[in-house]
Amino acid sequence: MKLKSLLVSLGLLAGAAAVQAEEPLKVGFIYVGPVGDLGWSYEHDMGRKGLEEYFGDKVKTTFVENVPEGADAERVITQLAKAGNDLIFTTSFGFMNPTVKVAKRFPNVKFEHATGYKLDKNLGTYVLRTYEGRYISGVAAGMMTKTNTIGYIGSFPIPEVIRDINAAYMGAKSVNPDVKMKIVWANTWYDPGKETDAANALMDQGVDVMLQHTDSPAPLIAAEKRGLRAIGQASDQSKFAPEAHIFSVRDDWTPYYVKRVQAVMDGTWKAQDFWGGFQDDMLTLASINPNLPADVRAKIDATHDAIKSGAFKPFTGPIKDNKGNIAVPADHSLTDVELAQVNWYVEGITDEIPR
Amino acid sequence: MDSDLIVQILFAAVKTGTPLLFIALGEVICEKSGILNLGQEGMMLMGAVVGFLAAYSTGNMGFGVLAAMIMGSTMSLIFAVLVLQLGANQVATGLALTIFGTGLSAFVGAGFVGQTIQGFPPIAIPLLSDIPYLGRILFNHDILVYFSFGMTAVLFYVVNKTRIGLTLKAVGENPNAANAIGIPVLKVRYLAIMFGGAMAGISGAYMSLVYTPMWVENMTAGRGWIALALVVFASWRIGRIMLGAYLFGLASIMHLVLQGMGWSISPNLLAMLPYVATVVVMVIISADHFKEKLLAPRSLGKPFDPRNMA
Repeated sequence: MKLKSLLVSLGLLAGAAAVQAEEPLKVGFIYVGPVGDLGWSYEHDMGRKGLEEYFGDKVKTTFVENVPEGADAERVITQLAKAGNDLIFTTSFGFMNPTVKVAKRFPNVKFEHATGYKLDKNLGTYVLRTYEGRYISGVAAGMMTKTNTIGYIGSFPIPEVIRDINAAYMGAKSVNPDVKMKIVWANTWYDPGKETDAANALMDQGVDVMLQHTDSPAPLIAAEKRGLRAIGQASDQSKFAPEAHIFSVRDDWTPYYVKRVQAVMDGTWKAQDFWGGFQDDMLTLASINPNLPADVRAKIDATHDAIKSGAFKPFTGPIKDNKGNIAVPADHSLTDVELAQVNWYVEGITDEIPR
Repeated sequence: MDSDLIVQILFAAVKTGTPLLFIALGEVICEKSGILNLGQEGMMLMGAVVGFLAAYSTGNMGFGVLAAMIMGSTMSLIFAVLVLQLGANQVATGLALTIFGTGLSAFVGAGFVGQTIQGFPPIAIPLLSDIPYLGRILFNHDILVYFSFGMTAVLFYVVNKTRIGLTLKAVGENPNAANAIGIPVLKVRYLAIMFGGAMAGISGAYMSLVYTPMWVENMTAGRGWIALALVVFASWRIGRIMLGAYLFGLASIMHLVLQGMGWSISPNLLAMLPYVATVVVMVIISADHFKEKLLAPRSLGKPFDPRNMA
């Protein structure tokens, strides 16, 4: 706690000193994990560094890491606002309500909340189309599996995760009609011990390609130990599993952060609900393993290109849910608003969403 | 469920149970001397972080384990001085140790989050690992698991069959009487507490060096508390602690296994199992008042000051 307040007051000091000079735009960040998680929070911090690199002296960034979702978050966001930040990025789903509250109290500060859905005049949201990466992951997993069983470690049954599970399964099914998917909920974003348990439980049951929606590299390490395959999440996790790693779907927040800061500088910033994916260079395939068979590699590239060019959208109908209802009608692609509400499994997933 | 899957689940249960076994073995020795140390989680975390740091910087895994054990007993020494020398309340001091260890380990390890090391490789023991089923469950692990087997056997022998064990129990049952016949009560308790610390340290090292293997803040995720419940569950018997550790290990992975098989069962409910089991055992034990007195060390948690003896 002390460290956090120290960081914030340092930011304040630095800010005060800079007022005399050129008046840089002050941008605050709050992260749910440590910047060293090498996953979600790490990539947000890379985005922050990218911002500093791009704008140089024209921006001044402050960050607070490891903030629990809840009452603490509200206090930290308030501190950031009081410290004179012009734009504040709150980077986890659970920061939604605290951000909404603080945004009301500081109408002159601009807020952006990642992965949420509540907007206000000075509060925008930004969401990553991670399902695009999951679809490609599914394609790769569907081709690589020898047991026709792929595994998915879920974090929490929220729309984002359920959407990605569906995308992964549809991707796998598109190349391998016999493929089955086993899903295990770890009920955490980041707990290497639990993630290891989950990965082992899945691999014990015949899973030979692992996908994960949790942030630590532990499942990759577990797959590497067993000589099986896995796909990295959020950042390039290839170094943890040189043989097992298929590729990582890497988040890249820099283009978005640069765009939004530029908008504030130009006075054109408006609260919006933004969705970015491969097309916006906010998702990339990192470190595609050279040990993949050529046909798999070709299919990965083709799928990636189709999604990046916009020619292919994973949630295009007709899609049935696993209860037999039409979830997406023919010739319709889910809109962003609809994507935010996915709460059904696609046909073929023999499982129930935990309630 | 085929036999192959069962073997793999039991194999995983042994792996998951091993850190619990280490820490509970340490705690039971400590409690047998009459001291209740609630600082397990803190000592374990410090062991985990220091073990990882040492192994990461030297590249020597054995050195990491050693450093973790030293760190664990250093932490417990703080507790021992406060409790034995200064007569501080055991429960409050233990809780403080946990909170202190959690914070300090996060601080010390901040720069090492996300680094990885190789970990101990599994070693199949010749002959023993060829036993059908049992061989694959028990004799295909890494060296620390075998160390925990050995430790259990040694402690079982020492506590039940030797003079040292008798001395330890005498101190825990009735320190005044022990003191009167010339047993150095405080010295025995110091040693018991520090042994408990070393075991907590190695338990933490198992998490950060073998299990994951990496360091993350608060990675023990409450295992220190489970171990405290485990000691009660095992009614302070060494053999039962081993069995209980694997049962608790099994309970903590079972919800993941069942989910994979398509059972929709609340993971939160299953995560409760070890605690529910402990409560049930407590109830069974305390139903028989005489039995209850026989099991728990009688002076557990009570301070002893030899200066009051004159």
